[in-house]
Amino acid sequence: MSASMAAPGAAGPGTPSAATPRARRGLVRSRPWVAVLFLLPTLVLLGALVVYPIGYSIVRSLYDAGGSGFVGMRNYGTVFSDPGTLTAIKNNAVWVVVAPSITTALGLIFAVLTERVRWGTAFKLVVFMPMAISMLAAGIIFRLVYEQDPSQGVANAVVAGVHDVFSPSSVYPGARPRPGADLVPSGGGSYTTRSTARPGTPALLPLVGIPETKLPPGAEQAAPPHGGGITGTVWLDFHPGGGGRPGVIDPGEKALKGVTVQAVRGGRVVASARTAADGTFTLPAAAAGARLRLPASNFAAKYGGVDWLGPTLVTPSIIGAYVWMWAGFAMVLIAAGLAGVPRELLEAARVDGANEWQVFRRITVPLLAPVLAVVLVTLMINVLKIFDLVYIIAPGATQNNAMVLALKLYLTSFGGGDDQGVGSAISVLLLLLVLPVMVFNIRRIRRERRR
Amino acid sequence: MTTAPVRRTPALAARLASRAGGGLLRVALIVIALFWLMPTVGLLLSSLRGNADIATSGWWRVLTAPSQLTLTNFRTLLGNSAITHSLLNTLYITVPATVLVVVIGALAGYAFAWLDFRGRDWWFLAVVGLLVVPVQIALIPVARLFGDIGIFGSITGVVLFHTAFGLPFAIFLLRNFFAEIPRELLEAARLDGAGELRIFSTVVLPLGGPAIASLGIFQFLWVWNDMLVALIFANSDSAPITVALQQQVRQFGNNIDVLAPGAFVSMVIPLVVFFAFQRQFVSGVMAGAVK
Repeated sequence: MSASMAAPGAAGPGTPSAATPRARRGLVRSRPWVAVLFLLPTLVLLGALVVYPIGYSIVRSLYDAGGSGFVGMRNYGTVFSDPGTLTAIKNNAVWVVVAPSITTALGLIFAVLTERVRWGTAFKLVVFMPMAISMLAAGIIFRLVYEQDPSQGVANAVVAGVHDVFSPSSVYPGARPRPGADLVPSGGGSYTTRSTARPGTPALLPLVGIPETKLPPGAEQAAPPHGGGITGTVWLDFHPGGGGRPGVIDPGEKALKGVTVQAVRGGRVVASARTAADGTFTLPAAAAGARLRLPASNFAAKYGGVDWLGPTLVTPSIIGAYVWMWAGFAMVLIAAGLAGVPRELLEAARVDGANEWQVFRRITVPLLAPVLAVVLVTLMINVLKIFDLVYIIAPGATQNNAMVLALKLYLTSFGGGDDQGVGSAISVLLLLLVLPVMVFNIRRIRRERRR
Repeated sequence: MTTAPVRRTPALAARLASRAGGGLLRVALIVIALFWLMPTVGLLLSSLRGNADIATSGWWRVLTAPSQLTLTNFRTLLGNSAITHSLLNTLYITVPATVLVVVIGALAGYAFAWLDFRGRDWWFLAVVGLLVVPVQIALIPVARLFGDIGIFGSITGVVLFHTAFGLPFAIFLLRNFFAEIPRELLEAARLDGAGELRIFSTVVLPLGGPAIASLGIFQFLWVWNDMLVALIFANSDSAPITVALQQQVRQFGNNIDVLAPGAFVSMVIPLVVFFAFQRQFVSGVMAGAVK
């Protein structure tokens, strides 16, 4: 923790390293047992529940599943050869590289942007808020976001919405002409009339095959075609409660609005129209003599959205949830560092003609490098142990695709599997991975205390 | 005459550009904030809709059909004794685990800051080294240890585990803070004949208020939000809300009417604590940047 990271209104009246050597010498030469008394609870708890377990796990990792047979390094061999654990190692690598970098980058962007806005604090509060909730709650929140059905999950609702703008999805999936109507399949899922369109002879195009409850809300009573030109009606030729006559617009039968009707002559579309709220459509006179076609786009199955929690996307999706939770953390730390960047330096650069991007790239980021490093390393340690989010968000079907080391450890040793040998080996591996940070922390504190 | 407009034009253009840029920035930030809020709003609105509505449409339907809002799910949830029991367990785990970490950490922090004993600096470095030890390393051994002494599956076990893993950070934070207390204050107390425990409780603890508050908030949220430790060391009777809800996740699609309000209830206390003690929480998080 560099001095620039001291919180606004934070813990200390100064930085830890500020203590002078004199102050750090004891207040008085107190009797040793006094110190022992003050430290006893700590020694017992840390000794029994942290230090002893480290030794136990290292030894335990050399024994078999039951703990009675010595197997040497075989458990580690299993960790690095079992396809399940290998997936976990691969995913952990992806996590450690991707999640901290995206989170830190977003945090940096947010910190820089909010600096220029008066209500930046409110923004920070919103982005920081997810830090306060549990990974379980965040997991449930994102299970909802990633629900497959676009009418359930907001992510797919947005994706499907955007998709529909560019290739409109059908309004009436599964609809088909009433048998006996003047419509025949014309390939690719579209239907074309047998007869040709003539002005003054309205075309009646009855459809069936969709339940009335699936119609868009507010579907109107179908109306007979009116007005001149080439006209017609597309409607749901189904009378609720029975009694409707096939091919006739009976009272109570609903119009199908928004259906595309094309006039086709010689294989070319010469005109096109959409049905109105009462199911009627009007084509220009140029369509006379053409056949009417209801293209397949009217009946195609609905676009299902992205398979967020499927085998390929499950890890990126969960990383997305993680970024949502932790970007606020990065932002707050970086903003605190930003407050320590001398304004004059930035102003001087601007006066010299540097644009905002150059100021950001050449001055702000280099000055923030120590803070960015702390944020990155902290997130990396955090991500290494990622468990709850993966366990909650990944559905059973793709849990193996989303597997990470901490989850593998839990599943092999507690949840179902019963191999505490391999579990211990995984835990030792996790400890080894944080060892460099541990050494770094110790050296930094030693350096600070010598000064 | 001719120079004036020339000189003014770039300034005007720059001002216009910066104003437009400022507007764009504001819009962008608002969009991002809404984007960040949306998942949580989705959870809240989902928890306020009946089962039939949840099954047929997304939560955003409520925005146009507010009549769908109902408290039924919350009423059912809070009438479910298993859920309320687990909420109480969360409280019974979190409060002692927070108090113990603060008290034991303060005792040790004081010893490291102001008492003279052999190897003091080395012991402190050892504690610093333990800051980043992952809890995973202790799950298997401690499960066995707790089994041997008969507290596996009990609230006591969960509390002790959280206390132990909260201590390195607590000691680190508090030692650094206590070391900044002016020496004269402590010496004056000593001249008045106060013993170490007296100095600790009447001088150090009151002066350490801000650091203790940060630590307390941080540890409280940490333990309240934990799932992994409780998943292993608690049994069905001592399980906190996170574990109780986790068991419902397998049938996610059918359990939204339980999971959404349940998740929301589990978030209420952390959010209240967060909004009430933002400053302390932020400084705790910042000091904990190595954890």
